[in-house]
Amino acid sequence: MNTVLTSTAMRIENLGVRIGNRQIVQDVSLEISSGDWVCVIGPNGAGKSSLLKAIAGILPSAGTIQVNDFDLSTLSHRDRACWIAYVAQAPVIPPGMTVFDYVMLGRTAHLKLLASESDFDLEMTNYVLTELGLSEFATRQVASLSGGERQRVTIARALAQASPIVLLDEPTSALDIGFQQEVLTLINALRKEKKIAVISTMHDLTTSGIYPDRLLLMAQGQVQVSGSAIEVLTEANISAHYGANVRIINDLGRPIVVPTDF
Amino acid sequence: MPLSSVQTSTRIPPKWWFACAGAVVVTILLGVCIGAVGISPKQTALELLSHLPGLSIHSNLDETDSAIIWDLRLPRVVLALVVGSMLATAGSAYQGTFRNPLADPYLLGVSAGAGLGATVEIVVFESPVRWSLPVAAFIGALIAVSLTYALGSSSIAGRSASSLVLAGVAVAALLTAAQTLVQQRNSDKVREVYAWILGRLAVAGWSDLALVAPYVVVCTVVLLRYRRVLDVFAVGDEEATTLGLPVARARAVIILAASLGTAAAVAVTGLIGFVGIIVPHTIRLIAGNSYRRLLPLSIVFGGVFLVLADIIARTAMSPEEIPIGVVTALIGAPFFLYILAARKEGSLV
Repeated sequence: MNTVLTSTAMRIENLGVRIGNRQIVQDVSLEISSGDWVCVIGPNGAGKSSLLKAIAGILPSAGTIQVNDFDLSTLSHRDRACWIAYVAQAPVIPPGMTVFDYVMLGRTAHLKLLASESDFDLEMTNYVLTELGLSEFATRQVASLSGGERQRVTIARALAQASPIVLLDEPTSALDIGFQQEVLTLINALRKEKKIAVISTMHDLTTSGIYPDRLLLMAQGQVQVSGSAIEVLTEANISAHYGANVRIINDLGRPIVVPTDF
Repeated sequence: MPLSSVQTSTRIPPKWWFACAGAVVVTILLGVCIGAVGISPKQTALELLSHLPGLSIHSNLDETDSAIIWDLRLPRVVLALVVGSMLATAGSAYQGTFRNPLADPYLLGVSAGAGLGATVEIVVFESPVRWSLPVAAFIGALIAVSLTYALGSSSIAGRSASSLVLAGVAVAALLTAAQTLVQQRNSDKVREVYAWILGRLAVAGWSDLALVAPYVVVCTVVLLRYRRVLDVFAVGDEEATTLGLPVARARAVIILAASLGTAAAVAVTGLIGFVGIIVPHTIRLIAGNSYRRLLPLSIVFGGVFLVLADIIARTAMSPEEIPIGVVTALIGAPFFLYILAARKEGSLV
């Protein structure tokens, strides 16, 4: 269960997001298939989160988003949610809700509006909890967990949704370095094992160079550079788009971004 | 039982239902036998059972006592049960769909609209017919909610939950001002208007019940069917959308059902405050936050609460009656504070 058997490919063409008369995201094109991890980086206000929200269907957008050659804009929210799961940057943690019930919310897309969860949905929730080592927390309240545990729980909800594409907005932003590594390792293992296509945003440049296959550097709503970490994380790119002085240390093909003084 | 069904706290343990049924039966009995003319609980029970088809039970009550039970007390008790249940259920539903613990069934202007409707009726009709007051209040309430919904979800204001709430505040202020104006210009009717505003179950008869029951039954069934959806609303509109919930449509149905039911209830009994907030929150403190527990339990205990409040209203200062709305606030608020203070560490709110 939860394994994506057939391969999925998503193609985004000329995606644009407009809020009022401000163009937040412009002409973003991107392709991703099962098991890939694409990471969107860029300075504050570059449009990274808006891009993810547009793909998730929360923000209205121009352009086309196709999954396996059919247009997502023709689908209902429920059908769209069967394809794409979304983990917000700061997920709303409902007061008093237990871990089990929170993860079970991931089954919403697989239920008719007025139906209740079947035994299968309950088993599925249990399975995901077991797989992420969260069984012992099942009856605890989500609000009582630590940041790292909480992030695992939100990822568990996305897994319970069983969508072939998962969007993660800053999955590590609130975590210390230990939990950051734990969560990133988890995401990396899951996308390989379950062939999930992952699109994430990330703040930390060095970390973004570790697991993702491709980086997309956005600034002013547009993709400026894309490619492997070595291609994107260059002193020139970071200086041009972040206005920051950094030195890149090449650690066996993996770029380490070190801030320098003037 | 599989492990997973034990782990979800969204289901009501079967033995709770016995407690619920017991509470309802005991409450009805108390409501019927307590009053100016005391009738023993045993005789009350026998009298009620004697009317069930297929049972040959006789209560040997005289005709007067029998009439007190059937024509005065029972309709009043059943009406309190139905109205209390509707207000608590609508309150729960509003709190869920707006993710606001302070939301009550009057949030979108139902009370102000009903108040205006009732005031206008009292002022205009010199000798009102029996059903004209509830109908006027009902129409006023519906106009208020429609106005709120039209303003709050217009393209100018956006379609967020908060713009609806703000529109509700504005509409309520407007209609309350209009009501005050009408009332002030007809000060001889103030007493009558106040009697309605403070809530009244005293004049209840079976015809009042027949007026509200269809709305309350339909609206309650609709809200009950949306109990799982209300749990999804807990993660906020954006995340609920990405989970696959048609947020705007679901919210519209929930608001419509809760408002229609509330409008019907207040039309008959006047503005009974506090039930829609106190009852759901007390249940939350005891049974948790899942709407799949909260909604059914609100239906049961909203009714039970209002019947008990009504017993106090008609006996505490007998033969005078205290307005029911005053009682719900007077016993509801301290009880709620007690529960809040006594709740265990790490409980659910």
